[in-house]
Amino acid sequence: MADTSVPLQQPSRSRDLDKLLLRPGNLVGPTFEPGEQLSKDLDEYVRILVVGAGGLGCELLKDLALSGFRNLEVIDMDRIEVTNLNRQFLFRLEDVGKPKAEVAAKRVMERISGVDIVPHFCRIEDKNIEFYNEFAIIALGLDSIEARSYINTVACSFLEYDSDDNPREETIKPMVDGGTEGFKGHARVIMPGITPCFECTIWLFPPQVKFPLCTLAETPRTAAHCIEYAHLIKWDEVHRGVPFDPDNPKNMKWVYDEAVKRAELFGIPGVTYSFTQGVVKNIIPAIASTNAIISAACALETLKIATGCSKTLSNYLTYNGSEGLHTKVTEFERDKDCLVCGPGIRIELDPSITLQKFMDLLEEHPKLQLSKASVTHRGKNLYMQAPPVLEEMTRPNLSLSLFNLMGKLPKDIVHVNGMTSKNDQKTSCLRKLRVVFKGVDGVADMDTAGGA
Amino acid sequence: MAEPKVKYDRQLRIWGDQGQAALEKSNICLLNCGPTGSETLKNLVLGGIGSITVVDGSKVEAGDLGNNFLVDQSSLGQSKAKCVCSFLQELNDAVKAKFVEEYPDTLIETNPSFFSQFTLVVATQLVESSMVKLDRICREANVILIFARSYGLTGFVRISLKEHTVIESKPEHFLDDLRLNNPWPELKSFAEGFDLNVQDPVAHKHIPYVVILVKLADEWAKSHGGSLPSTREEKKEFKAGMVAQDEDNYREAIESSFKVFAPRGISSELQQILNDSSVEVDSSSSDFWVLVAALKDFVTNEGGGEAPLEGSIPDMTSSTEQYVNLQNIYQAKAEADFLAIEQMVRNTLKKIGRDPNSIPTATIKSFCKNARKLKVCRYRPIENEFNSPNLPELQKYLTDEDYSIAVGIYILLRAVDRFAANYNSFPGQFDSAMDEDIARLKSTTIGLLNDLGCNSAALPEDLINEMCRFGAAELHAVAALVGGIASQEVIKLITRQFVPISGTYIFNGIDHKSQILFL
Repeated sequence: MADTSVPLQQPSRSRDLDKLLLRPGNLVGPTFEPGEQLSKDLDEYVRILVVGAGGLGCELLKDLALSGFRNLEVIDMDRIEVTNLNRQFLFRLEDVGKPKAEVAAKRVMERISGVDIVPHFCRIEDKNIEFYNEFAIIALGLDSIEARSYINTVACSFLEYDSDDNPREETIKPMVDGGTEGFKGHARVIMPGITPCFECTIWLFPPQVKFPLCTLAETPRTAAHCIEYAHLIKWDEVHRGVPFDPDNPKNMKWVYDEAVKRAELFGIPGVTYSFTQGVVKNIIPAIASTNAIISAACALETLKIATGCSKTLSNYLTYNGSEGLHTKVTEFERDKDCLVCGPGIRIELDPSITLQKFMDLLEEHPKLQLSKASVTHRGKNLYMQAPPVLEEMTRPNLSLSLFNLMGKLPKDIVHVNGMTSKNDQKTSCLRKLRVVFKGVDGVADMDTAGGA
Repeated sequence: MAEPKVKYDRQLRIWGDQGQAALEKSNICLLNCGPTGSETLKNLVLGGIGSITVVDGSKVEAGDLGNNFLVDQSSLGQSKAKCVCSFLQELNDAVKAKFVEEYPDTLIETNPSFFSQFTLVVATQLVESSMVKLDRICREANVILIFARSYGLTGFVRISLKEHTVIESKPEHFLDDLRLNNPWPELKSFAEGFDLNVQDPVAHKHIPYVVILVKLADEWAKSHGGSLPSTREEKKEFKAGMVAQDEDNYREAIESSFKVFAPRGISSELQQILNDSSVEVDSSSSDFWVLVAALKDFVTNEGGGEAPLEGSIPDMTSSTEQYVNLQNIYQAKAEADFLAIEQMVRNTLKKIGRDPNSIPTATIKSFCKNARKLKVCRYRPIENEFNSPNLPELQKYLTDEDYSIAVGIYILLRAVDRFAANYNSFPGQFDSAMDEDIARLKSTTIGLLNDLGCNSAALPEDLINEMCRFGAAELHAVAALVGGIASQEVIKLITRQFVPISGTYIFNGIDHKSQILFL
């Protein structure tokens, strides 16, 4: 397959990458087709979205641009701050205040010719869902569970299943997700329908520690207690109605002063301005090296998914560099009943059925046996059992046709929340249903959008 | 110029002002500024490293534009070291950046004294023979050395110096030092001042769990000939009395009961350090070993088998007043232990002919707080590892499924260097010779394994093929990852905080099952 008369040293930019993309191998992905065409396709057609232009995002943009990807977009709603400069290497002191996405895109394009990066200075929710469907792979460099959850829901909403409950390959939107904190980090590959999605393994994220209110109010013992008292209790008492702004230095100083007073009152040491900021803003320590490591792992996986040039990470890598170096690869399994990436239970209905009749059906359905159901469709409440105000508002829908309520779609996803019996105990449960209306002309193959 | 404190806020929260000061005082040398070396240095420069010298004799060519962010179009044809240096300067105008347009191998051969001026040398993309020579030079000059290499989807990082001692190892999870299994007189009498059967419910639910456990343990010992619960039944019985109390402090006491059952005294790891031959100190001993000598004296005598008390206590359900009182008890003992050790340190310094005040009080204090967490890292000279690796370990890796790719990479990375020495190019460097190279690499590998004493071992064919496919490519993503790890190790070595990697870290970018090998 390799050309035997290739001249020795070609002055090519892709001198190193070529070895990986132009040559056949044995430890490669199942669909790997080495050659110039692969290189060209990567260059011309593959679009990658980088979500976040901070510590991970800057590294990701660089790594992807130097891994053969030419068409990148980056989205970030934040502006550059001084405390970013110890690791977000695309930004300089004079850039403070400017939008991260725009500066990052500009800097990478300046240094790497031929790469095109479109910046989006906005919230991820501001883009319509179809925007995310343009990309072959979405690489995440985020710092919150909520943001990850959102992108995950969007990417999984493109997923469709065939009649054998297998995911349809062309609807799978791969995501590569990275996260860091001090010397620790993780990198994971998410193939909706195949590997667990973010929601399937939500239990991986430990709940955030919150101090009991009585400790803060009556028996503080640590500096953090004094700080949170000032932040969560005293602020509201004194500044009725005015929300606390953690980015306002005056607000922060006020909290610090109050915390100091309280600490002195109780004889508690350790309240410093720096510590106060850390507790109030939940500051996560961050360094360049960990971000570099995790982003590089993510970029490498992105390259592998896009080209098949090697085996992929399967599917979750944890990393800890504080004591020696520990990495572990875990192959997590999907939750078949996942409300976000699962197929949902398929229900065939007559288009004339009312919402009330539909709910009655749920009680009788052998796999569901769901009573007192609340029903939502694409985020809209069709019927809510509670609170009374909502119940009253949605009650008229009960006698309406479900098909009409669902915008006359021949099939779509519906979420139902109700009570079910398990081992003689009644428990609440949420279920994803694939509703299909019999005999309706299903011309438009609609997205099975996740309405969550 | 950005006010240093603010810019570095996010990292100061990890290594503090002292760690930062150590970074800002250091002088680093980088050998070869391809992406592996450049990325290593980029991270260090961003973090505020004091001075850097980039050594590389090559000129920037088209291929470099495809894998190195620190060179750009305008640098084509120029000295790579010069270009990388100027970009690094842009990243942090406080760093003192120099470059030397010279091939590292030449410097190693002709000017070994060049390296003595540096705190640490980051040697990237060196072949086996150069590694051995450089290692000798740096050991001689007492310069910290760290090797890093990217090769296709593989790589490695290996620190090399005689000894690295750590006081502030800052382990993530480490048991608090409450001494519930061995309370001292003041703690005992503090606990005696509480009545576990107090009528007032508010008082009852605010008794700190430390007090609960000290009292219950004392009661138990009195009725069991002085011993604490040791069998499963005894431990269950001990906890049973507390289960009935449905209060937070009792719940905390149950959760922490294991601290009562834990064996007294110091860990075996610490005992090993106290038994080390370096504890026999003399005037050439490092401060660390002088401190350890004093620690050994304390543990053996005044400490009664225990290290100095750490002094802090975790948060627990309690009234503020009682919590603060309890804190004071612990702090007082920690202070007393510290003063005893301080005296021993000053005496030891005098004995070995050093100024008794030459180790600052703050250092001794930090040493006492961290005494249970000390770490000593030692590294074999590269030559020794290469010529006579730990054979049992090597054989274990070769037959263990979890290690097979990693150890395969380790062997192959050395085999490709031998190959290059014989054939003047790396295997697979040219498309035309692929099949031939695979065969040659295979026989080179077998030869190497024989030399190392592993005659019957064989590496997976696929891996050998893959190594040829790589053709010594330096891929950016891999270089960034390996460089990231190298930079992190440099930080640990210079700040003397956290624990550096012992052994050789092998990066496996094929399935990410990377491993650390101890050879």
